[in-house]
Amino acid sequence: MSHTPNLAAGSAASHDAGLALRPDLARIASWIDPGSRVLDLGCGDGTLLAYLRDRKSVEGAGVEFDDTRVITAVRRGVRVVQQNLEEGLALFDDQQFDSVVLSQTLQAMHHTEHILTEMARVARCGIVSFPNFGYWPHGFSILRGRMPVTGEMPYQWYNTPNIHLCTLKDFEDLAAKLKLRITHLATFNGENEVKFLAGWRSTLAVYRFESPMAAPK
Amino acid sequence: MVPLHISSESDASTSPDAVVVPAGSVGLVTPQFISFTEPLQLSSGQVLPSYELAVETYGTLNADRSNAVLVCHALNASHHVAGMSADNPKDIGWWDNMVGPGKAVDTDRFFVIGVNNIGSCFGSTGPASINPATGKPWGAAFPMLTVKDWVLAQARLADHFGIEKFAAVMGGSLGGMQALGWAITCPERIGHCIVIASTPRLSAQNIGFNEVARRAIISDPDFHGGDYYDHGTVPRSGLSVARMIGHITYLSDDDMAAKFGRTQRSPGKNGEYHYGYGVEFEVESYLRYQGEKFSTYFDANTYLLITRALDYFDPSRATGGDLAKALSMATAEFLLVSFSTDWRFPPSRSREIVQALLKNKTPVTYSEIDAPHGHDAFLLEDPRYHAVVQGYYDRIALQLGLPGRQSVNGVLAKQSRTGVPT
Repeated sequence: MSHTPNLAAGSAASHDAGLALRPDLARIASWIDPGSRVLDLGCGDGTLLAYLRDRKSVEGAGVEFDDTRVITAVRRGVRVVQQNLEEGLALFDDQQFDSVVLSQTLQAMHHTEHILTEMARVARCGIVSFPNFGYWPHGFSILRGRMPVTGEMPYQWYNTPNIHLCTLKDFEDLAAKLKLRITHLATFNGENEVKFLAGWRSTLAVYRFESPMAAPK
Repeated sequence: MVPLHISSESDASTSPDAVVVPAGSVGLVTPQFISFTEPLQLSSGQVLPSYELAVETYGTLNADRSNAVLVCHALNASHHVAGMSADNPKDIGWWDNMVGPGKAVDTDRFFVIGVNNIGSCFGSTGPASINPATGKPWGAAFPMLTVKDWVLAQARLADHFGIEKFAAVMGGSLGGMQALGWAITCPERIGHCIVIASTPRLSAQNIGFNEVARRAIISDPDFHGGDYYDHGTVPRSGLSVARMIGHITYLSDDDMAAKFGRTQRSPGKNGEYHYGYGVEFEVESYLRYQGEKFSTYFDANTYLLITRALDYFDPSRATGGDLAKALSMATAEFLLVSFSTDWRFPPSRSREIVQALLKNKTPVTYSEIDAPHGHDAFLLEDPRYHAVVQGYYDRIALQLGLPGRQSVNGVLAKQSRTGVPT
């Protein structure tokens, strides 16, 4: 937590979010209505929220735990609440947001079900992305007797933060159990979208779901 | 919480010309005393017929008067927020690490006002001032005050400077309560509300500590029911005990362990105890010294008044305990900061405010700094804390179209340090 590269980073941070969002973030952004209210869980340095604010007039709030990222988000003018996501979303009211985003964090959380139900509680729609454990080289690696180490999951088994890995089908089962109605899915391999045999060929899955609490539009 | 920080950088010097102004300091400062003759109606129902406020300002008010920042003080601080007192350059402002050219609150761009509150004892009208009705010190007759009363008095100060709306009102601890008070009482006059290490109300434990401190003062035979000025006495021992109790609540357990542990002050032969009630441990010596020093410059009636104002602060009292409702008229954007080891006003108290603001859809940024120094951390030099405040003020500057930051000074200019001892 005290890795403080350069907290002083001088001049007022650029207020223009970078033009090029990562493809998965760009897809997430495309699923968010202009002018809506968005909560970004694990918002990092606020890239997505700054983009949504500048391009889609979104009213955003972020949750982030890491000091350095919080500071960068503040410099971007992103409203961030510093908190450990494992503690839940008690600060947020029921259905306070239109969308809640959890980008590439689900697999590192202890309380997977809890965070998903909390997301469904605070927002009408949830958007979740996670590395696809069903990516075929993973299976190949296990056949060779090794835990998979790939681009989306570059860790060794003993130092990985990813404790709850799943495949697309696994996630869909959990979503059904929690009564989350999946409305969109996008799958990526690196920079490229994957449409054919996505369960095997994609490294990253992005789902959008509707909360069972959401009032019908 | 020590109002008179002695900086190692300001050399002792008899001639003010020889004073070295460190980078990032606003330099030599002189207070102004501003009189208000219109009576001030107070929350208690009493009226303060007239009053004077001691004020320091740093930086320059811009042409459209949009760059003003009000800094509110806590229990024992004053209008001397930053810089070096012109009549004693060793007397450094209590938030000098935060306010100055190139610092987090950058006086190259912001016009910063430090104000001593009414009821205090550093130059503004208080219990030791002369009551115009009697020609004698107010003493026990000085009216009780609340945070709201301070806000109303400060609002007249804003009028005096022709400031319609502050870019930000900012404070730590009790100062944070005043910032919150501004957002509630004068919502249209504040753009940003910056609340550090504060709370929406005191807990029973907080009030309990205050009450012990007050009893120490009131039961001192030299207190004379608050009219000790007439008797030519000062309830020094009561005030000093009050300060000792307060001081413990400003520090964390770990901090005290690290600073003092069980180190003996002057152990007997082979580390023997002295078996008596004199100073045995370092921590005792420290607390006694702090208490005695405090009792030489602070007014006992002020201590009573301010601790009571702390007790009374509870904006949600008017809304049946609903803090969100109490804050519903706030139009400011908020920054809250808390410190993990602050057990006086712990992070959970700040989170209550954050939760209420989120419920109201009020823009809020909240940083919880994992720092070891307890409540006092808000006065110290944690670089993450200063980076958050700096980043936030830079955004305010951008929002207001103020010029960009010219320099980085103070805590963030010395990167390698992660907090310094008091």
